[in-house]
Amino acid sequence: MSIQHHPDDELLVRYATGELPEAWSVLAATHAALCLDCRGKVRAAEAVGGALVAESGPVDMADGALEATLARTLAPQADGGASAVVAAAEADEAKPVLPQPLRDYAGGDLAGLNWRRLGRGAYHIPLVSGRGAPTARLLRIPAGRPVPEHGHNGLELTMVLRGSFTDGGQRFGVGDVETADSDLEHQPVAEPGEDCICLAVTDAPLRFRGVFARLVQPFIGI
Amino acid sequence: MMSTLAISRNTAPPVRRVAPRSGQAQQRIRPIVLQNNDSKPRKDSVPDWNALLCNVARQDSAAFAVLFEHFAPRVKSYMLRLGSDAQQAEELAQEALAAVWRKADRYDPARAAASTWIFTVARNLRIDAFRRRNHPEPDPNDPALVPDPPASADMVVSRKQDAVRIRRALAELSDDQREVLQLSFFDDQTHTQISETLDIPLGTVKSRIRLAFGRIRNLLEDEE
Repeated sequence: MSIQHHPDDELLVRYATGELPEAWSVLAATHAALCLDCRGKVRAAEAVGGALVAESGPVDMADGALEATLARTLAPQADGGASAVVAAAEADEAKPVLPQPLRDYAGGDLAGLNWRRLGRGAYHIPLVSGRGAPTARLLRIPAGRPVPEHGHNGLELTMVLRGSFTDGGQRFGVGDVETADSDLEHQPVAEPGEDCICLAVTDAPLRFRGVFARLVQPFIGI
Repeated sequence: MMSTLAISRNTAPPVRRVAPRSGQAQQRIRPIVLQNNDSKPRKDSVPDWNALLCNVARQDSAAFAVLFEHFAPRVKSYMLRLGSDAQQAEELAQEALAAVWRKADRYDPARAAASTWIFTVARNLRIDAFRRRNHPEPDPNDPALVPDPPASADMVVSRKQDAVRIRRALAELSDDQREVLQLSFFDDQTHTQISETLDIPLGTVKSRIRLAFGRIRNLLEDEE
C-alpha cells in the first residue's frame, strides 16, 4: 500500500496532545493504523508530551497518595470485557477492511453495516456527531459516480478505506486523506470498478449544491 | 483483575522494600538506579524508568513505588496546567498511576519510553474525565493494521535512550520552538489560538512546530 496523501502535521500533533475533537481523532487514529509514517509522527509527538511531563515541576501529592492509588488498583474495571469478546469473534474472520478504531465506531466491519441512503446511489453511516461538533461518517460512493457536489463552511477530511476516487486531477487510494478547506468546491468521483468507501470528517455542516441534496439535507442531518 | 497483591482496601499495601530495615513500619523507598552494581546508588544516576515499568508489569510494587514517587507529582502538575482544580488533579494523578499499575503489561519497551507511555495513559484519562469519551487509537493486534517492523533488542535499548535524547533535543530548541510545544501540550491550544496568544502568524506557529517535531523525530528514528 502506497499512501500519497497524508493529513496535516497539526492534526497528528493535536491528536497526540489529546486536544483534538473526537471526530478528527477517529480519522487520525484510522490513518495511523494504515500509515507507518504518520504513526511515527504521532509517537514522536507523544514522546515530546512524555518528556515535557517528566520534566515539569512536580506538585506534591496528598499524604498517603501511594497507598490510596494501590487501593484504586483493586477497584473493579468496567472496560475490556466486551472488546475481548469482539476480538475473539473476529480472530477467525478474514482480514477486515476497516481498521481499528473504526470498526468499534461503525459497529463492525463492512459486511453487515446498515447504510443509509444519501441520494444518487450514495450511502452513508454517521459515526460521530453532536450539536456544533465536528462529525465523522462513513461514505459509500458508487463506482464511477460523483459524491453529491458540495462545498463546506469549514474543513473536510476524506480518507479512502476501499476503492479510490479522483478529485481535481489527483487520485486518492486506500489510506490516502484528502484535505478540503472552505475555499475548495470539490467533486470527488469514485473510480470505476468498485464502490469507494471513505471516512469523511467535517467541522461544519456541508452545503450541498444539487437541488435534491439541498432538499434532503435537513432530514439526513449532514 | 491482574493484581496478585494480597491487600485489602483497609490496610496499607505491603511494599517490597529495596533495603528493608527491621522494625520500621513507614520507610521511604530508595530509588532503584540504573547502575547499581555499587553498593550504594550514585547521586547523579537516573533510574531506568523503562525497566522499572517492565517490573511493574510483573506486579513489582517496589518498582511501582519508585515510578509513583517520580511521575505522580508530575502528572498532577500536568492536570493542574490543563485546568483541573487541586482535588481533581490529585484524583486524576492517582487514577492515572493506578491505570499504569493495571495496564503495565501492555507497555512495550521496544515501542516507547516509559515517560511517553505514562503520558498517553494520563492524557487518555484526562480526555475521559473531562469529555466523557475515549481517545480512539489503533489496535496493535488488529489484523487490518499495517504492522510496525519487528521489534529488536536494539530498539529496546534505543527506547531507553529516548527520554534522555528528547530532553537534550528540547534543550537545544530555540525558546520560540519550545514555547509552541508547551502551549500545545499544556495549554490545550490549537495552532490558531497559539498564533493569537503569541501574536505571530499561523504559518510561523506551524513551521516552528514542524521544525521542532522534525528534529525530535529524526532523533527517535535515527538510532533504530
